[in-house]
Amino acid sequence: MDIELITNILYATIRTGTPLILIALGEMVCEKSGVLNLGQEGMMLMGAVVGFMAAVTTGNLYLAVLAAVVAGILMSALFGFISISLVSNQVATGLALTIFGGGLSAFLGASYVGMGIDGVQPMFIPLLSDIPVIGKILFQQDPLVYLSFALFGLVYWVFKCTRVGLNIRAVGENPEAANAMGINVHAVRYMCVIFGGAMTGLAGGYLSLAYTPLWSEGMTAGKGWIALSLVVFASWKAERIMLGAYLFGAASIMHLILQGTRFEIAPNLLAMLPYVATILVLVFLSSNHAKTKLNTPMSLGVPYRPQL
Amino acid sequence: MSNAFSSSLEFIFPFKIEKRPSDSKLMSYLSPLIAILFTLISGAFLFLSLGVDPSTALYTFFIMPLTDVYGWTELGIKVAPLLLCATGLTLCFKAKIWNIGAEGQFIMGALGGGAMALQFLESDSSWVLIPILIAGMLSGLAWAGLAALLKTHFKANEILTTIMLNYIALNALLYFVHGPLKDPNGFNFPQSALFSDSSLLPLLSADYRLNISLLFGLFALVVIWALMSRSWIGYQINVLGEDSAAARYAGFKEKTLTWFALLTCGALAGLAGVSEVTGPVGQLIPHVSPGYGYAAIIVVFLGRMQPVGILLASMLLALTYMGGEMVQMEMTLPKSLTGLFQGMLLFFLLATDLLISYRIIRIKKSNVPSDNAITVSQG
Amino acid sequence: MKFVKTLLAASAMMAAISGCSDSGTEEAVTASPAITKDSVKVGFVYVSPTGDAGWTHSHDQARKYVEAQLGDKVETTYVESVPEGADAERVIRNMASNGHDLIFTTSFGYMNPTLKVAARFPDVKFEHASGYKQAENVGSYFSRPYQGRYLSGLIAGKTTKTNVIGYVAAFPIPEVVRGINAFTKGVREVNPNAEVKVVWVSTWFDPAKEREAAETLILQNADVLTQHTDSAAVIQTAEAKGVHAIGYHSDMSEYGQKAHLTSVVHNWGPLYLEKVKSVINGTWKKDNLWIGIAEGATDLAPLNDSIPADVKALVAEKKAAIKAGSFHVFNGPVKDQSGAVKVAEGATMSDGDLQGFNWYVEGVSGTLPKS
Repeated sequence: MDIELITNILYATIRTGTPLILIALGEMVCEKSGVLNLGQEGMMLMGAVVGFMAAVTTGNLYLAVLAAVVAGILMSALFGFISISLVSNQVATGLALTIFGGGLSAFLGASYVGMGIDGVQPMFIPLLSDIPVIGKILFQQDPLVYLSFALFGLVYWVFKCTRVGLNIRAVGENPEAANAMGINVHAVRYMCVIFGGAMTGLAGGYLSLAYTPLWSEGMTAGKGWIALSLVVFASWKAERIMLGAYLFGAASIMHLILQGTRFEIAPNLLAMLPYVATILVLVFLSSNHAKTKLNTPMSLGVPYRPQL
Repeated sequence: MSNAFSSSLEFIFPFKIEKRPSDSKLMSYLSPLIAILFTLISGAFLFLSLGVDPSTALYTFFIMPLTDVYGWTELGIKVAPLLLCATGLTLCFKAKIWNIGAEGQFIMGALGGGAMALQFLESDSSWVLIPILIAGMLSGLAWAGLAALLKTHFKANEILTTIMLNYIALNALLYFVHGPLKDPNGFNFPQSALFSDSSLLPLLSADYRLNISLLFGLFALVVIWALMSRSWIGYQINVLGEDSAAARYAGFKEKTLTWFALLTCGALAGLAGVSEVTGPVGQLIPHVSPGYGYAAIIVVFLGRMQPVGILLASMLLALTYMGGEMVQMEMTLPKSLTGLFQGMLLFFLLATDLLISYRIIRIKKSNVPSDNAITVSQG
Repeated sequence: MKFVKTLLAASAMMAAISGCSDSGTEEAVTASPAITKDSVKVGFVYVSPTGDAGWTHSHDQARKYVEAQLGDKVETTYVESVPEGADAERVIRNMASNGHDLIFTTSFGYMNPTLKVAARFPDVKFEHASGYKQAENVGSYFSRPYQGRYLSGLIAGKTTKTNVIGYVAAFPIPEVVRGINAFTKGVREVNPNAEVKVVWVSTWFDPAKEREAAETLILQNADVLTQHTDSAAVIQTAEAKGVHAIGYHSDMSEYGQKAHLTSVVHNWGPLYLEKVKSVINGTWKKDNLWIGIAEGATDLAPLNDSIPADVKALVAEKKAAIKAGSFHVFNGPVKDQSGAVKVAEGATMSDGDLQGFNWYVEGVSGTLPKS
């Protein structure tokens, strides 16, 4: 294995991990406020199809990305309305979103299948991209990858250093207490859900506009579920999400590379790996009770109804 | 003094949500009907936007599949797996154990039962069905047991673990169908040999595909309902779901109940899975389930966790699958309509469910400032 | 209230049952094989959406071709994205009981459901693609895209500079292995030093995964790619990375103008037209057809202008030879990866052996996965 190959593998890893990071960061924020949104696949598909349709219609990739984000926001707002304001069961609502989003995206995108567009091109950062190895891996990516770096920074900073982050965590840990402190629980949750939707919509747009510039029904092929598991795998910490996403991405690329060598494992067994890994992590984390308490938002999945 | 809380709804409509003194029984029957009504109305608009006559389309979607006996028998073989899974899930959901893994338990049931059936390819004794069905139930049960173990011993959230297990199960099936269980005479195609006739579920009528799995489903429904409403363990499960603190005070063993609920659900979903492969399919193939495990979740909510409701909801959901095929064939409408209808139905249902525990009252202008003051202090 | 609800449900059921006048099977009975019909109803069952650039799209194109050619004499219907499994049987049966005279079931997994339905509806004709079982009223058919693969291999072998050619493949079933082997044979004939590397993605359709596979191959120095998967991701990747690619199922040039050398395409139109006409004329009989370039079922998409004239000439020459029957892709000697001669010089691999193809020819690197 020479340095060039490793560089290229890492370069590809970053790209592969990007949609996972976006979704996982968004869902992490959502879950930190106590809301479990299982509708990732549906939101992502909507982002992908709307972004693609906008790109084909307007020819403007910026508008297309924006459209994808808006699609994600609208879908998550629907979810938020039903699960927060109408106090419904979050699991069922999320599943409904997945099914609905899948159907709606297929419906809207039917006449766009088979079309191609000029996708988002890599944007070399001047100077930095000339650095050997690191330059190629980090600074010769496309703008949406850079955006994912920036969003990571934002989320990390919000939870590390800001009042907003504290409020979100308070709401997620103990909404009654947060309410007593004067925090508007519903408003915070809405904000987090919508952020999650925006991120997922963006991830969908990334797929259909940059990664593989086309639209096809169900093109997300389960990435939403991997991202959900990633949030748990990372025990709701942003930096671990970055790490985990790239790990998952690297694993899937290495699997493709290792085919035909003596390190070969049956592809279906290898496909189980992210899920098995997540369960193992869950087990490891959960068995250490103190650690778990600090990480899983206590009110995750429980609708907030003030006691009367 | 109002028992109302200011919710985000207030920003949108001049209404408040007020908790009812007790759940409205009327609404719990009406809400699924209202949801269905709203879904039909939305569907009508959808069809209009496609330039299609709404009443023809709705007829083709919801009524036409049932205009002959064949249609009803087909409904039956789709209702069976939904009913089995939904019945098992009800047990879990009543205890607030959010088992999303019925799909994986279904698949493992199909895999385990199918593997057993492949041992009996030469046999023509009708007794072989017994070990086959048992193998299927045990496989599903074991798979759910994994989730139970992860929950009770490692405190892992079952929503997440069961979703993971679904994907692992899917890949396990693919692995076996592409490899160890592949038909040696099948030109290397990814499917198992066809099961012997004696390994197939007996049909209820020779002209149709409807088999005894429907009876399994109905039987399970009755048994679980009786369990939930008449037995001690059912009572404990209900209390556990309503108020886990109270359950603990009363000395109910949460871990045992968790195991019981998950294992039972796994066995039922496993039975659904093995019934599918020893029924309409007749062999092991890569995709044994069109998402029954997930659709069953919708059935449970739509049916309000009541036996008659679950039966009717299974029928309705089975109908949406068939209706989707019908409108494609008769009216060249897109396949995506099925997912749209199912999703809309669930959304409307979840929305109207609010009305069961809460009622909506108008805000009187003059009261607004004082109401706000009251709610903040109630916080 | 519960009682009322049950009553309502029961009444609905009764209304539905009483509304049923005929079971629909009568229409199938009126079809009589010996008599010429004025018009026929033809059904198509698809395993994926018609809009994919892939397998189903090629069948749907043929359906439209038949409609265009026969006008009033034919009425076609189709159902797409029908999962292989229990549901397929219902769709096929509904078509059969709904007045269809001929039904095309276009995926391997529909084989057993087709046979089951055919047994109940002896007067309806069925044509099943890519399977291996027939019945009195069920014929099988498949094309020989491997012939096109061979021709595209000639192009790939001549185009590669790195002597590494990449193949993104779905599942190690004989049809796919056959394609890989035919392709490799073509490559090695013009370039004995080139090797073909295969990456398995375990899915027929997952653009992101196909892209990753393509990138992995490029990482391993492949400068020409091809695929046995359903999306255009491989072509797109090739275009983005500045290498070449050969598409499959349909002409994928619009996804990569510079990269796209050609595609191996299906053309089901002539076969479908012939079959429909035979039902109209009452001359349909069951068959096990395996047709290729000679019958027009397999072809190459227009070759990219950048391909040198001598290569184009070679391809044309070989294509003509295949068409004439003077050249067979798997003419001996055919060696496997260990160098052993599996097909002697002067002999040709039989169709039976081709159908069960489960070993690699010389020139493919890596081992064929067992699962």
